[in-house]
Amino acid sequence: MKFRVERDVLAESVAWAARTLPSRPSLPILAGLLLEVDSTGLVVSSFDYETSSRAEVAVDVSESGRALVSGRLLADIGRALPAQPVNIALDGTRVAVVCGKSSFTLPTFPVEDYPALPAMPSSSGTVPGDVFASAVAQVAIAAGRDDTLPTLTGIRVEVEGATITLAATDRYRLAMREFTWTPATPSLSVNALVPARTLAETAKSLAGAETVNISLAEGGEGLMGFEGGGRRTTTRLLDGEFPKYRSLLPSETLSEATVSTTALIESVKRVSLVAERNAPVRLTFADGEVVLAAGTFDEAQATESVECDLPGDGLEIAFNPQYLLDGLGALDAAFTRLSFTQSTRPAVLSGLTEADGAPADDYRYLLMPVRLAG
Amino acid sequence: MSRSQLRRVAGATGLGSDDTGCTILHVDMDAFYASVELITRPELRGKPVMVGGGGRGVVLSATYEARDMGVHSAMPMSRARRIAPDAIVIEPSHHRYAEVSAGVMALFNSITPLVEPLSLDEAFLDVSGALRRLGSPAAIAELIRARVYDEQRITCSVGVAPTKFVAKLASTQAKPDGLLVVPADAVTSFLHPLPVAALWGVGERTEERLVSLGLRTVGDLAHTPVDTLIRALGQASGQRLHDLAWGLDDRDVIPDAAEKSIGNEETFARDIDDPQLIHRELLRLSQKVAARVRAHEVLGRTVVIKVRFADFTTISRSRTLSEPTDVGQEVYEVARDLYDALGLQRARVRLVGVRLEGLVGDGERVEQLTLDDGLTGPSTADRRAAEVAADRLRDRFGHEVVRPARLVGETE
Repeated sequence: MKFRVERDVLAESVAWAARTLPSRPSLPILAGLLLEVDSTGLVVSSFDYETSSRAEVAVDVSESGRALVSGRLLADIGRALPAQPVNIALDGTRVAVVCGKSSFTLPTFPVEDYPALPAMPSSSGTVPGDVFASAVAQVAIAAGRDDTLPTLTGIRVEVEGATITLAATDRYRLAMREFTWTPATPSLSVNALVPARTLAETAKSLAGAETVNISLAEGGEGLMGFEGGGRRTTTRLLDGEFPKYRSLLPSETLSEATVSTTALIESVKRVSLVAERNAPVRLTFADGEVVLAAGTFDEAQATESVECDLPGDGLEIAFNPQYLLDGLGALDAAFTRLSFTQSTRPAVLSGLTEADGAPADDYRYLLMPVRLAG
Repeated sequence: MSRSQLRRVAGATGLGSDDTGCTILHVDMDAFYASVELITRPELRGKPVMVGGGGRGVVLSATYEARDMGVHSAMPMSRARRIAPDAIVIEPSHHRYAEVSAGVMALFNSITPLVEPLSLDEAFLDVSGALRRLGSPAAIAELIRARVYDEQRITCSVGVAPTKFVAKLASTQAKPDGLLVVPADAVTSFLHPLPVAALWGVGERTEERLVSLGLRTVGDLAHTPVDTLIRALGQASGQRLHDLAWGLDDRDVIPDAAEKSIGNEETFARDIDDPQLIHRELLRLSQKVAARVRAHEVLGRTVVIKVRFADFTTISRSRTLSEPTDVGQEVYEVARDLYDALGLQRARVRLVGVRLEGLVGDGERVEQLTLDDGLTGPSTADRRAAEVAADRLRDRFGHEVVRPARLVGETE
């Protein structure tokens, strides 16, 4: 194996493939990055039996071959090299990396012991990379981080023809996003539960790709694949039954408040400075303004008001400030519509471009309140 | 009173009687549970009596007559019965002990506000603020002993010393029904002949370690360079043991020390390998712990289980919750998960325990509602309301009146 590659191209692709390396590999060889060179170029890949990553790179090939080297080390070296062409060659059991006046030799792992990467599942379709990335980011914030409830650490993906619905919940809030894509077969109907962290990272790293190819097996191969811009990731799906979240959406609304999203975000951030860990921020909605308050009588307190349009009845409700900020930030809209029924039932956040426009119906963030004392 | 004084003189030892600066008292009831039982069964006085669970339980308390035969507390009951076959065994009546204890603690609090209870039957008192009102520390100690006997009909022993740990050693030496003053200038001569195991913090392991270095008495320890001890035992304990060996102990008497954790455990009548039965016991313990947590008006953040196997190996596992709780069902669900995660295959279990740690005042209760409240089962608030209602019923009608359906038919 022998090839020559631009430093930036090498560094970027190696860093991308190395991001899914296991931090505590169950087998030493799983800490390796596989370099495969043939007449079409270089393929860099990693695999830990959960997630695989594979990047194709254009290189000047002198000699085909394969080698398995420490991924962490190669990524660190790639990042640190000067901006000059890099020559990489396998010499016996060591790989030499030469760039300008620096040269490194790395030991190799036995390449024949490395597991084969899973093939991409069969059924698929495409979506622009930026659409996919923003949709996943809006939903991933609501996914659970508690490994004792593994089902909730996933994002539910529902494909129904040309529509994909993403949903995630940690029991305290639920985020739901719909977007359209181009399925290979128009009648495709399939569901999956994907680890939220992996999906969020993958979608983000493919944001620059013009189209992302999403592969999802109808029969349940337990795998989902993503491909764009010469990069490909597969992830194993989570088992378990995702909650029937659609029934959680309130069927009626008793009052609706509309506020400027940035003004509310800034105000929540300021007021919650005095809120102790887990302590709520209280919001009193009335027509004309919403008053935010946090803190307790014997400790620090803060209050602030924000302009608010509320045609219906007023309401007092309390939220975990971080959960509220997560939702407001994810709306990505100039105005926020908050729909309520009562102070112990979920509030629904949706975005509007104009204060008096109609709310976007492709994204909703359900937030459970904190019970008000007394 | 005359009887009590007689005994006290008999129990006194001669280290001098200068109690200047000896403002720390350690008061310890003598054979507490057994003594309380003898109040209602005076015909058993002078006989070997043991208090403890039947069958597989341990000896919780034993009269001095039983102790003379080799019985001591924490000894398995089966062994105690073998070495003292004539001893009378009494089932414990915990409510009665709590009553007597409350009376004794109230008496302590009338002497000084600086009372640090260590358990139901012992406490440290700092009497430095009571000297002008009640007399010298030794006089106060005599007053306490007289009043405890007078009011509760049980005897206690008191150690009087300049520091907590010397006071505790002194009360042990004074037992039973005695008083021992360790004057400030006699602390080292009192400590140095004692075995190293007498020191606070020296358990079996440390003792072995010290004896292997040829250090058998506190005096040996005191005359060992502190650097040597630090090398052998580590920075913290090396330094501390050296200080203690010279009578240095700067711990204050902390009144009403907030509890750090609340827990209960149960030794089974015979070893158990049926997960159903163990789950049931975990449920019972979780309910009990949660009720105690509610009574203390606190919430616990970390659930800890303890499992002791038939061979006495003991393990514990813990999980910290996202929100602190005082709800028995929630404690139980975590405790059960922790137990199931051990993946035991018919391992024989001798004891299980449930404990809540990371206690915070219940003013910090923040109830973040969940989307599935009422959908997948009762909400936290509903569960708590049911348990609080059960607390009130038990207060009024006794412990047997209400309990989870799975536990109906068990004795408390």
